[in-house]
Amino acid sequence: MKLSKAQYEEIARFLGHVQPTRQSLRRLKERFPSQSQSTLLSIFSQEYQKQIKRTHAKHHTAEAIETYYQRYRSRVMKNAAAPVLLELANEVDFAPSLMARIVLERFLQEQEQGIPSKTLINSMLRDPSQIPDGVLANQVYQCTVNDCCYGPLVDCIKHAIGHEHEVLLREMLLKKNLSFLAEDQLRAKGYDKTPDFILEVPVAVEGHIIHWIESKASFGDESSHQSYLQDQFWSYWNRFGPGLVIYWYGFIEELDCHRERGILLKDCFPTDIVTLRHSMAQH
Amino acid sequence: MAAALELVLREEVAPGALVHWLKHDPGRRSAEENHIHEKLVSLSLPQKDFVPFFLNFLREQTGQILTNGPSTPAKTPNSKALGNSAGRGSQRRGSERRAGNTTGSSSSRMQLFTQKGSANSCSPDTSFAPSAVSGGSPAFTGSNLSSPSSDFPSVVSSVSPSFGCSPVFNHSERRSAQKANLGNFFVAMPEVQPTRRGRRKGNSSTSTSSRQVARDLGRCLADEEDGKSDNTSWSGGRKKRNEVLGVSASSPPDQLNLNNLEEFPPMCASSGFTNKSKPSRRINPTPVSIERPLSKPKMCFTSTPVSQSPAARFPSGASHEAFVTIQEGNVASTAGSSLQEEREMLKKERCKLLHQASSPAGLSLEPSTPTKLSYTRSASLPPEGHLMTCAYLSKVSCKKQLDQLALLYSSCIAENLVPNIFLELFFVLQLLTSRGISAEDGESDLEFNQGCKGAVERQHFHNVHNCVYFAVQVLDRQYELISHLEKGTLKLLAENERIASFSPHLHKRLRQAYESSTAKVSLLLPSSVQSVSFQPETDNRSNFPSDRAFHIFKKQRDIFYELLREWEDNHEKPAWDFERVLGNKIRAMMAHLTATCNHSHFARLFQKQIIQMCKGPVGGGTSWGDTPDQDVLNMLGCDDLSRLKRLQERFVAPQSIRGPCPPPSFPGCQQFFRDFILSAGSYQFNQHLMDNLCLKILELDGLTLVEHEPSDGEADMEEQDEKKHFTVVLMSLRLLAKFLGFLVFLPYRTVEPPTRDLHESAVALRNQSLPVLDVLKLLQRAIQGRRTILTIPWIVEFLSLVDHIAPFLDYYGTVFSLLLQVYRSMVPSEDKEMSFLNKLLILAVLGWLFQFLFQIPSVPEELFFTSEVRQDGLMMDTMSSAQALDSATLVDQQLLYTCCPYLGELRKLLASFVAGSGAKNGGFIRKITPTAAESLAPKPSVTQQKLQAELEQAFFHNQPPSLRRTVEFVAERVGSNCVKHIKATLVAELVKRAEVMLQEKVKEDNTNHDKLLDEVCTQLYEEGAQAFLKGREFCRKKGPEAVRVLLPEETSAAVLSSAEDIAVRLATEKACTWLSTNITALIKREVRTTFSRMLKIQGPSLPSEDTQEMKKDCPPGCQHHAPFPSEIINEIKDVLCIAVGPRDGDEAIHYAHLECLLEKLSQTLQCRKFMCPTSEQQLAKCTIELASLLVSDRIPIQGLELQTQKYPERQRSKNHPICNLLTSLLSVWKEDFVMLVPVQLIFSKKNVGYVAEAKQREWDLFLFMLHGLVEYNLMGNAEIESYLQSLQEFAWPSDFLKELETLSRVFESELHIEELRTNPCELVRQSLGAVTAQS
Repeated sequence: MKLSKAQYEEIARFLGHVQPTRQSLRRLKERFPSQSQSTLLSIFSQEYQKQIKRTHAKHHTAEAIETYYQRYRSRVMKNAAAPVLLELANEVDFAPSLMARIVLERFLQEQEQGIPSKTLINSMLRDPSQIPDGVLANQVYQCTVNDCCYGPLVDCIKHAIGHEHEVLLREMLLKKNLSFLAEDQLRAKGYDKTPDFILEVPVAVEGHIIHWIESKASFGDESSHQSYLQDQFWSYWNRFGPGLVIYWYGFIEELDCHRERGILLKDCFPTDIVTLRHSMAQH
Repeated sequence: MAAALELVLREEVAPGALVHWLKHDPGRRSAEENHIHEKLVSLSLPQKDFVPFFLNFLREQTGQILTNGPSTPAKTPNSKALGNSAGRGSQRRGSERRAGNTTGSSSSRMQLFTQKGSANSCSPDTSFAPSAVSGGSPAFTGSNLSSPSSDFPSVVSSVSPSFGCSPVFNHSERRSAQKANLGNFFVAMPEVQPTRRGRRKGNSSTSTSSRQVARDLGRCLADEEDGKSDNTSWSGGRKKRNEVLGVSASSPPDQLNLNNLEEFPPMCASSGFTNKSKPSRRINPTPVSIERPLSKPKMCFTSTPVSQSPAARFPSGASHEAFVTIQEGNVASTAGSSLQEEREMLKKERCKLLHQASSPAGLSLEPSTPTKLSYTRSASLPPEGHLMTCAYLSKVSCKKQLDQLALLYSSCIAENLVPNIFLELFFVLQLLTSRGISAEDGESDLEFNQGCKGAVERQHFHNVHNCVYFAVQVLDRQYELISHLEKGTLKLLAENERIASFSPHLHKRLRQAYESSTAKVSLLLPSSVQSVSFQPETDNRSNFPSDRAFHIFKKQRDIFYELLREWEDNHEKPAWDFERVLGNKIRAMMAHLTATCNHSHFARLFQKQIIQMCKGPVGGGTSWGDTPDQDVLNMLGCDDLSRLKRLQERFVAPQSIRGPCPPPSFPGCQQFFRDFILSAGSYQFNQHLMDNLCLKILELDGLTLVEHEPSDGEADMEEQDEKKHFTVVLMSLRLLAKFLGFLVFLPYRTVEPPTRDLHESAVALRNQSLPVLDVLKLLQRAIQGRRTILTIPWIVEFLSLVDHIAPFLDYYGTVFSLLLQVYRSMVPSEDKEMSFLNKLLILAVLGWLFQFLFQIPSVPEELFFTSEVRQDGLMMDTMSSAQALDSATLVDQQLLYTCCPYLGELRKLLASFVAGSGAKNGGFIRKITPTAAESLAPKPSVTQQKLQAELEQAFFHNQPPSLRRTVEFVAERVGSNCVKHIKATLVAELVKRAEVMLQEKVKEDNTNHDKLLDEVCTQLYEEGAQAFLKGREFCRKKGPEAVRVLLPEETSAAVLSSAEDIAVRLATEKACTWLSTNITALIKREVRTTFSRMLKIQGPSLPSEDTQEMKKDCPPGCQHHAPFPSEIINEIKDVLCIAVGPRDGDEAIHYAHLECLLEKLSQTLQCRKFMCPTSEQQLAKCTIELASLLVSDRIPIQGLELQTQKYPERQRSKNHPICNLLTSLLSVWKEDFVMLVPVQLIFSKKNVGYVAEAKQREWDLFLFMLHGLVEYNLMGNAEIESYLQSLQEFAWPSDFLKELETLSRVFESELHIEELRTNPCELVRQSLGAVTAQS
């Protein structure tokens, strides 16, 4: 679903300062019933991430960490069953999963008298039952489950969605009889940058030749598109020529401005595909 | 020298004899032996001085009359003066020359074309400038002015030291005229950029260069593409001149009036003059004044007095449009005087306006003066009263002398004694099209030549009639050369009424040549493939020493293209500066490259990208990537494609061409690469790039064309292929060589020419070092192997970038002298050794190089005008080998003009004449013919075809290059074989049939064989059409076979199939094209041969579905309609959310929902299509979590009662429904997961904690769960037991601890089964029974 910049901005404005909870998501859906749920979720997630990026630093000062940890401690003492950590995150406008990480890190530091490794923390966040403190484990789990923008569960869902769309795309390519090399094949050949699919025989989509297709199971907003351009799309272009990006959850229409130069945006699998016709010889 | 010419003019010595003398090598044999005319012998002059003298002589003689050629920057053959110096020379040398001036070295400076010792024989009045002629023209323009005498001190330089070589006497008088001429060129350049450097430089001529850093220099050096350099340098030069003249105080400041649309036409074009002159001349201009006698050009707006001296009036060579046209008006005024007055008034008004507009504009530092204004006007406006001077044969005077001169001149051209034959041709065409003032009809030659003692001093070219006569004479003798020019030029020549009236014979021949010519030239659009594709063989990790190097290079590649894109987007914006914007980025990139020693990789990328982007004919064209034109073209399709192309050419071409002898430049995208090199300033990179370029050059230079038997049939076809291939290789070579030359000579490039001492030491030093690329050896080898047609053009490109010193090095000296020998020996004629056009190409590029080298102030003229051209270096292999490219007809006009776009100047000159002469000449004005709307309508099929063609190109882009080569090779061979096959089968068969038919018919009628033959053939032609079908069939059969055999076994099916299809198509196309044009002729020929003999005695498979194997098999018949894993995870997450809270009030999950969810989960897990390990893992974890929450009754479930009512028989236990859910989960874990489900997570402290907090009954569910695990073989009893054991170590509530103990005991062994029976849960007992029964 393509959104105009104005439409997108309306959504973004609505999202202003919401908490990443299912309640917020529900309200968002009610407010913009015409937009698809996945698009809204994707925009929500991106907007929230932007917001978090802006405030990330302020939650990571030593003072802040200490405050959060002490607050957590005292409240848990009072009532271990209450959603202490989650509420704390909401109070200070921070992502619950990230808050859980901060407190967990601080907790481990206290326990082990040293800075815990990232892997350990990640692993504990993924599986809170590894957390030595039962109460904290529950609190952390509550946070990661309730967070709809951050956390291992969300990451996994995103990953799954990405994978599923790649599979979908692959299916469509196969259905269209378009032969391609997939990322893993390319990597095996030693390519340094690999789009999802390189067409072995290029095709033309809406009159533009494309050599590769990248599937993005997200909404293409300005900042994500810019960074994708920078890190991926131009790199593909540099190596393989023009190509197609599919933002399955839509994108801001105005971003599709590099068509002439060789980066085409679509929100679905294209229908107008012209292949190198083998019948040319018969003309 | 004059004496020798005198002899010819007096007809005492035949021109032929003189030429013979010129060619004779004094060192070898005596004059007598050589049959040298004794009168020439007696002169005992050095032959080498004659040609320069003679060329000077012609320029000087004709200078006054040469007013034409407005469309070309160089009005005069002195391309050097105009085109080059203006463009390059002035930029580059303006300062150095000035510097030279101040150092006093001027007199020692080398002087080209100096007429040693014979200068005096010239009329002092004419005092032409030898050095000017060195450029081939007497017109003292651009650089000559801007870089005064210092460079070219002439014998007569004493007249005006600063203009040593200038023929100018009365500058002020002529200024406007001269400026008009100069201005035409310079002013036409829209000065978009603020004029900074040059102007200031001009003011303080000596102190300029200091500001120029080497980088700057290098950049400017070839910075023709943007007219600003011309502009600035010109202004500088001009001012200099003004100062020197002492008229600077009142002299025209070089203020450029940006408001003047004519000075700054909206369309940026260096040939701005054409732009403005052409349209305006559609209105036949009327003379403004008729009052003036010939001698007095009236400068309407000139403030400076006009000299009376006729000699002075005619500055040698300046083609002063305004000046002349005024005169013309005088000569042939036809319009009513009232009209003239009106126009005059209008003009004055306009002038005022212009003046007003320009002075306050403040665009110039200098005040505006009327003089300037007049200049501006005369330069830019079509002169008032512009009328063609008609040339009449009857009015030609001194025919004999002209004949002699023409003969002599032609011989010099024909024998390649002139440095650049095309320059001379240009000169001749200028004469032909001159609109110069001529002597009034009444004025006699006597009058004109009063006081001239010798024939040499006489004015032979004082009127248009004489000039035209001379020109036509020369053209007539150069007919063969001319006839090889492109069609457009021929058309203009054929239409030229002067030729028609002066030589009907030549006219007729030209007509014929035009009509039979197929040499249409168009500048192709560059193809738009953008990046260099990534090729694993050279680019993957194994090609790098370390991961780090590999990854850094990955980044470098992206940065490089980022820079390229940025450049592409912005470089045409006015304030954009390459170095400022990109310089640091490039250097940062270089630093990274250095850190990882990745230079060679980058150099290769760089070199490939150069070829990719720049090998288009116009130097890569202007646009790359996004071409709006391309879109238009796409829309309009083929027919209009060519038309639009031509239109585009008109816009684009002038920009890239500067006169008949433009300096080397880096047009279009090449600019980027040059600037990149300069900004990078990396020694390592340059070295690697040079290595890379050398390698590629050597590789390409070794080109061999497919050897083909010159059998009649398919020769044509193969020739075309070879030509195409050759063209591509040649263009690439030239491009690479130019960059190599740039790099090789870059370190030695200096703003100023080195002082004598430095020069000598530099020569001594550099003579010791080896050249980077042994061009001498390559050249020698090329000459020996007769491959010069390939090698010389790129060597010329390479050498065109030499620095000041290089030509003096022994090595390059040898190269130049060898090139000169080649040049001399290559007399244009058709012969077995080399085709005419091959020669023309070599001559054109060499001529260009020589001409260009002469502009290097210090290059010795001996380089060219040595009479001692040894022929011994030109040992050629007489053995004709397949590699003897020279003898193949490889060059056509298209290639010739692509390599030498400056040849197009000839056409422009002629075209401007036509345009200018307009109505009077009758019928030559090109009208823009409106195209029928129909033909402009987009043709979808054409668009489609175009897209297909693009797709085909794109297909090859990311494949290894060998794939394309293979496909092309196969196509070529199969196509060729196809024709052979058709000939051997179908045609042979037809011929046999014809034989039978003929035999019968001959019996009937033996009289008219020809008719008979025709009859039979006509019958056969229809059958001949089968050839196409058969041809197609053949190609379709053979093409794929060959491709399959030739491509690697591992090629994927789709690629293979596409490659096959392309090969088939190409082959079919080739074969069918050939057949369609030749089949009838072939049949006829074969039948005829048979007949005469008879009379004597008496004829793909579609890509096999790459059945993408699923990672794991779905159940048979799976439609893959199951929900996506991500959806299920998401749903489970929602359930978990509600379970772990916080919840909103009465939030709960409906039982049915859970049931459904588990059902979907099962489906999702069964269909493996969209599953990935992480998803599955997460699903496993979540479901275990879910199970734990279910077991501990953490999930608020709605409708549980409903469920229990559904199964009344189980009403006793309200837990049944949950057990159902748990059973579903167990089944999913067991059956549907592929991975091992980490069920042990149920025993994690957290999950057991949920149970611990639950009420008693939930422990039952827990037990049910544990038994289920055993039942479903997910865990063993022992395992469970040990988990339960370890759980007891934690601090639990006492009752739970007890329960744990109990549970643990339950599983301790099968022997404890009895104890389990005490457990209250009936269900458990039952299931337990099942377990025991099983075990």
